[in-house]
Amino acid sequence: MPLIMPLIEIRNLSKAYRRGDQTVPVLAGISLDVEAGEFIGLMGPSGSGKSTLLNLIAGIDKPDAGVLRVGGIDITQLPEAALADWRAANVGFIFQFYNLMPVLTALENVELPLLLTPLSRHERRERAEFFLGLVGLADRMTHTPAELSGGQQQRVAIARAMITDPTILVADEPTGDLDRVSGGEILDLMDRLNRELKKTIVMVTHDPKAAERAHRLRHLEKGVLTDEIESPV
Amino acid sequence: MLLKLILKNALRHKLRTGLTLTGIVVAILAFGLLHTIVRAWYAGADATSSSRLVTRNAISLVFPMPLSYQPKLRAISGVAGVSYANWFGGVYITEKNFFPQFAVQADTYFKLYPEFLVDDAQMKDFLHDRKGALVGRKIAEMYGWKVGDVVPLRGTIWPGNWEFVIRGIYHGADQKTDQSQFFFHWDYLNETAKKNYPRRANTVGVYILALQDPARAAEISTAIDATFKNSLAETLTETEKAFQLSFVAMTETILTAVQAVSYVVILIIMAVMANTMAMTVRERLAEYATLKALGFSAGFVTRLIFGESVAIALIGAAIGIALTFPIAQAFGNAMGTLFPIFYVAQETVVMQVGAALIVGLVAAVAPSWRAATVNIVKGLRSVG
Ligand SMILES: Nc1ncnc2c1ncn2[C@@H]1O[C@H](COP(=O)(O)OP(=O)(O)OP(=O)(O)O)[C@@H](O)[C@H]1O
Ligand SMILES: [Mg+2]
Repeated sequence: MPLIMPLIEIRNLSKAYRRGDQTVPVLAGISLDVEAGEFIGLMGPSGSGKSTLLNLIAGIDKPDAGVLRVGGIDITQLPEAALADWRAANVGFIFQFYNLMPVLTALENVELPLLLTPLSRHERRERAEFFLGLVGLADRMTHTPAELSGGQQQRVAIARAMITDPTILVADEPTGDLDRVSGGEILDLMDRLNRELKKTIVMVTHDPKAAERAHRLRHLEKGVLTDEIESPV
Repeated sequence: MLLKLILKNALRHKLRTGLTLTGIVVAILAFGLLHTIVRAWYAGADATSSSRLVTRNAISLVFPMPLSYQPKLRAISGVAGVSYANWFGGVYITEKNFFPQFAVQADTYFKLYPEFLVDDAQMKDFLHDRKGALVGRKIAEMYGWKVGDVVPLRGTIWPGNWEFVIRGIYHGADQKTDQSQFFFHWDYLNETAKKNYPRRANTVGVYILALQDPARAAEISTAIDATFKNSLAETLTETEKAFQLSFVAMTETILTAVQAVSYVVILIIMAVMANTMAMTVRERLAEYATLKALGFSAGFVTRLIFGESVAIALIGAAIGIALTFPIAQAFGNAMGTLFPIFYVAQETVVMQVGAALIVGLVAAVAPSWRAATVNIVKGLRSVG
């Protein structure tokens, strides 16, 4: 029994999709703890339910059954609007395809989540500049996503994910759309966020290079967690 | 930043927004012009004064009344002044040149119409010249008439070739005043009638009466018609406005059709706009899903889409309204005296803005509902 409550506490989480008259189980009674400050990797074959699990942890999907506590709050019980507020305050998203707003500049994209906070325009601007600097894009503030490389776009997305100082960062194949060099840079960055800023990171990946960076790897197969491997760090 | 997001999104698909915008501009312009035409049709009635009554033959306007009614009308209590006029209906060179011509009892007639502004000296010249004419500014400009010019008219109701000398040009007191009428002396018409058509001499088409108290119009009208009950020419008296509207009533169905067309135009553009917004939102579902994942509410997404739709509609309306003025003017000039009073009223502009606003709002309803309620996971998967 750990003395400190885990940051993410998952108990018997399950979800199934109904197709016609048959149900297809996607997650079958998953239980998993993630400690604060951990960097955990989820691996597994395509269709095994990795993204589904990550979406549940991030509070953008609802399970059929089970408990999912983050920082002591069972987010499966939160109504829609409260869940949206919870995500704004606690979750930083890193998507495979970056999902930036194409009409906004890099700086504005980073600033976007702060519109949900009471910060003044000036404070928002300052913070956005700081985080864009942190990911090494101080000289690309006024560029739009179309004027940035994939790796640069993902760094903007990471700055956007970090700007609200979230409890957890969730990343679904963050290097899936990048070449080896840019992918490596993104992983270095995530590593720094974890080590220096103590961010808890949950990452889904296929990429062995990405998996290497995680402290702990869990494997999903047909909706069930299998063996646990400690990474050689 | 919300505003910036809305405007930048609106201008994202230049061609599509451009085409939709063009559609809105044309629709708002057409709506404004049709509305202006309908108003112009009613303008004759709008310009009338409620303190004037018109007395005519009860059977029909084409039957006259005896001149001898004048003193009797003047004697009725509440009547402040009486004048009379005959419709002349002459042709100036060709039938296409239509403008109303009246033979009027000039000494009394213009006292009843203070909205016709005439230079004192010109009015004096007109009153002194038996064959003189007083014409509206609009037709004077249209046919290039100046004071002193001789204008020939070919009589139809009063056959023969008539010649008049322009002695004055009147202006309207405001935009509503009809400036396309042609007045000459009833006495001149009557003298000629005595010679050529003696049976039609000393007859009057309509009597115009000024009232001391406009509130008594109904009561006095009844009193007048009662006076001439059972006489040779029974009368029908009504306010000038009711008199004018009786002309409009004949074309009521056309007006209703014109009005219906103007609303159909708006309905069509509403459908076009709704389609544009639906396409736009479908392409951007992943973006709206991302916003929702980041914690933005369904309300925020709804505002983005409504804002974009209304912004496009209002920009289109602004251009459409700006174009309505010069095009209405050109149209009014081309129509000449068919619409003597043709201008874009403030009310029309308000209706144009209102129509655009409704188009923008209605077009956004279904797309914003879709974006606001999209399942985040499904939305993130959709590829724009
Ligand atoms: N909307 C849906 N309706 C029906 N089945 C679905 C739906 N969404 C996902 N699934 C199924 O759930 C299973 C898990 O999907 P999930 O996206 O979590 O897999 P994954 O492990 O992330 O795969 P990949 O590595 O390919 O991204 C798949 O078998 C998929 O077919
Ligand atoms: Mg996946």
